[in-house]
Amino acid sequence: MFNLLVGAGVLLVLVILYLLFRIQSLIGIAKKSKNIESTSNNVNANLFILFLIVGFGAMFYYSYVNFDKYTLPVASEHGPRVDSLFWWTMGITGVAFILTHILLFIFPKMYKYDKNRRAFYYPVNNKLEFLWTVVPFVVLSILIFSGFRAWTDITAKAPDDAEVVEIMGYQFAWSVRYPGNDGKLGNYDFRIIDATNEFGIDFSDANSFDDFTTRKVVIPKGKPVLFKIRARDVLHSVFAPHFRLKMDAVPGMPTSFWFTPTKSTSDMRQETGNENFKYEIACTEICGRGHFSMKLEVEVLEPAQYEEWYASQKSFLDRNEDYLAKVPEKYRDLAMEVSGIKDREKGTSDNNVNSAL
Amino acid sequence: MSTLSQNINSDVHEEHEHHEENWVTKYLFTTDHKMIGKQFLITGLVWALIGGALSLIFRLQLGFPDMNLDWLRPILGEWITDSGKIDPNFYLALVTMHGTIMVFFVLTAGLSGTFSNFLIPLQIGARDMASGFMNALSYWLFFISSVIMLSSLFIETGPAAGGWVVYPPLSALPQAVPGSQLGMTLWLIAMVFFIASTLIGGINYIATIINMRTKGLSFNKLPLTIWAFFLTAIIGLLSFPVLFAAALLLVFDRSFGTSFYLSEIYIGGEALPNVGGSAVLYQHLFWFLGHPEVYIVLLPALGITSEIIATNARKPIFGYKAMIGSMLGITVLSFVVWAHHMFVSGMNPFLGSIFMFLTLIIAVPSAIKVFNYLTTLWKGNLQFTTAMLFSIGLVSFFISGGLTGIFLGNAALDIQLHDTYFVVAHFHLVMGSASFFGMMAGIYHWFPKMYGRMMDEKLGYLHFWLTFVGVYLVFFPMHYIGIAGFPRRYYSFTNFDAFSSFTDLNTFISIAAILTMSAQFIFVFNFFYSMYRGRKAPLNPWKSTTLEWTTPRVPGHGNWPGKVPVVYRWPYDYSKPGAEDDFIPQTVPYSETKSSNLPHENELIELEEEINREDEKVTEPQN
Repeated sequence: MFNLLVGAGVLLVLVILYLLFRIQSLIGIAKKSKNIESTSNNVNANLFILFLIVGFGAMFYYSYVNFDKYTLPVASEHGPRVDSLFWWTMGITGVAFILTHILLFIFPKMYKYDKNRRAFYYPVNNKLEFLWTVVPFVVLSILIFSGFRAWTDITAKAPDDAEVVEIMGYQFAWSVRYPGNDGKLGNYDFRIIDATNEFGIDFSDANSFDDFTTRKVVIPKGKPVLFKIRARDVLHSVFAPHFRLKMDAVPGMPTSFWFTPTKSTSDMRQETGNENFKYEIACTEICGRGHFSMKLEVEVLEPAQYEEWYASQKSFLDRNEDYLAKVPEKYRDLAMEVSGIKDREKGTSDNNVNSAL
Repeated sequence: MSTLSQNINSDVHEEHEHHEENWVTKYLFTTDHKMIGKQFLITGLVWALIGGALSLIFRLQLGFPDMNLDWLRPILGEWITDSGKIDPNFYLALVTMHGTIMVFFVLTAGLSGTFSNFLIPLQIGARDMASGFMNALSYWLFFISSVIMLSSLFIETGPAAGGWVVYPPLSALPQAVPGSQLGMTLWLIAMVFFIASTLIGGINYIATIINMRTKGLSFNKLPLTIWAFFLTAIIGLLSFPVLFAAALLLVFDRSFGTSFYLSEIYIGGEALPNVGGSAVLYQHLFWFLGHPEVYIVLLPALGITSEIIATNARKPIFGYKAMIGSMLGITVLSFVVWAHHMFVSGMNPFLGSIFMFLTLIIAVPSAIKVFNYLTTLWKGNLQFTTAMLFSIGLVSFFISGGLTGIFLGNAALDIQLHDTYFVVAHFHLVMGSASFFGMMAGIYHWFPKMYGRMMDEKLGYLHFWLTFVGVYLVFFPMHYIGIAGFPRRYYSFTNFDAFSSFTDLNTFISIAAILTMSAQFIFVFNFFYSMYRGRKAPLNPWKSTTLEWTTPRVPGHGNWPGKVPVVYRWPYDYSKPGAEDDFIPQTVPYSETKSSNLPHENELIELEEEINREDEKVTEPQN
């Protein structure tokens, strides 16, 4: 009943609108005036001015008041450089945006139709064309050149002492693997992936014995970190907004991104005043139903804390002793030692033996 | 009612028709370029409404995440979950179909298809297209493509859901997302028909423009619209086959067990046998079309507005040759910038640097165009027809969206901005809205030639202002959301602390989108009402110089009842000093306008007489 009433109301409004329109157009026909200098021409010209003022007003107001809301704090070494490039570009394009729009919206008012006036016949001026070919070219060159230098530095080869973290995307989560004490990630093979060994770690490679996996990314502040990124089903993309970091995860083609975090999680908690602040990694390449929920937490620790945390991690083999069977016979002893199984069985908790290797 | 409109229509058919036509040959399987243009237009408009409606459904999800959407169940059925929410898989399908429909079906077929078909013969003085049959074939292939794509909306597993770029492996593996099952197959089949349609149409446009220009109409006297359609067709011809190749390889990967794009995949609890393929290969192939596609969509709109701005500013377009030059520049450069969509795809960063520099260069011709538009407006005598308003709107969007391209073309900045709402804002302004405004401008401007009647100006103004303000209210705020890092194609943002703000702005955008979309019904009403009951159009309502306004009010087959007019001058002689009126049509010889001729134009009079003598020689024996 209610729907029916609403429907009838809408219909009534539409009919009234139609009648108004019909009357308006009939009056128009009756008047038969086809004068270009009409009120409409004035109204339209004035509306452009109004749009210019209100539009810019709203833009400046919102941009100023909400500045902290739409700018993310930055926490990596290359971040401030990217940000400063961003704001330089914003400044230059902003000036172009404002100037061109002032002209675009003021000209309608200045040069609206006047039957006593002729437009200025001005078909060509090569000097002007030259001017606005060269000026944008030069300005853009400067911007792009600084971009090029930043890009080359950011994508340069990672330093040899970078902390290596492997991040693997799959529908719809991330997994993290560390190389362990030897600093080398073991080989993997997608054919030996199973429910536990979700990385497909290849245990015939001795480098894999001390690899350990975690639920979140833990990295040290002030040290270069190398993310080795891959995917095992479809495309994903690692996006860590606070580190100004993004790189696609591609099945069959490992990618990487290195950076140096400059603020620990607790630094950021202080800076933002948010006690629960956590660095996050999000997926930015459409990957299916759960695309919007692929979150990975990142924790940045002080270097000393990090060392402590790193040493306390148990290797994958230690946690899943069954996989020892996959280690070739000749390596099994080594594997038991490197993975920390032997220590545990001896009843000692001293993992530092591993560092001898 | 019907008798009344019949009476109004009765004097439309003054010109004698040579042969009787029935409904089928006139409206359905016609080979007349004007009717085919209208077929593209109507199909394009229907698609625009469907594509817009899809976007409103996902805007409801983004703007009102807590809203109970049970009331959509009669339309969407099982895609509304038991808790009254849109199914996340269907959300992705909506995003995908919105993109596909808008980019290909509305802004490629609906814009370029409509106006290339309608305007090329009329503006170059040809009786019809080079091949009427191929032209009809082009439309009907597009129609078949439309039917297939539309049908994919109604199947149980839903339409394709990998984003409009349909990157594999997501689009190649049926187990990855339900949309990659039958929906993706239909998407690929539809696109194959679409590509065939575009290619057949494009060959026809190129052949017609090269071979069938009327006497005197050299390339340096062509209206900028024709230049734009010409270059658009060339871009299409060179780039669409590459999409075809990409799609074909994808079909092979999906159905015949090949590994062009697939490698080392473990999904659904099993390792797939595919090794050695490259997912990035697809991206290269796709964007080799994908980036030129942006210009396929945009160039016709720019051509249309060049024409409309010159006409309504009563002023020659500033820098005619520079405009052509910049379009040529864009055409060539559009093929060498594709990988700026792939800075963080994992490709070699050195390649990224190369493409960053090439992308910089393509910004220059775009800047030239903007400054030329502004100079054309300067000291003009502006009349604000609806078409003129939409053209000015286009220039505004072209600036706003173009400038953000300078951010995204910079690889160092793209790291942060890639695949965020900043990109969404960028291309919706520069490609989506600008081209859409070009299309609207074209419809309002050439409606009198299409249907012999005028559209209502007041409704046009209302439509323009609501849409212009609405588009900015929808897409401008997205820049802020993008700078804040919000990724695109997200069903909801509540999972992340970093993206938990801006629910207010998202609600605002959704409301603005709903209002903007509603305003389009003003246009729909105006369009269909004016078609039958609009004021009859004068022969040259905008006092324009180009050839199409020398035809009868409603041109029949062959466009001109008598001889095709000869062209003597360029199309932009507006407000020429010394001329009687503020425009001189292209068909007026210099010998008749001695008072306004420039020195070098007086020299052309002799040449004109020669052309006329030749013209008489050729046509005499036939008569």
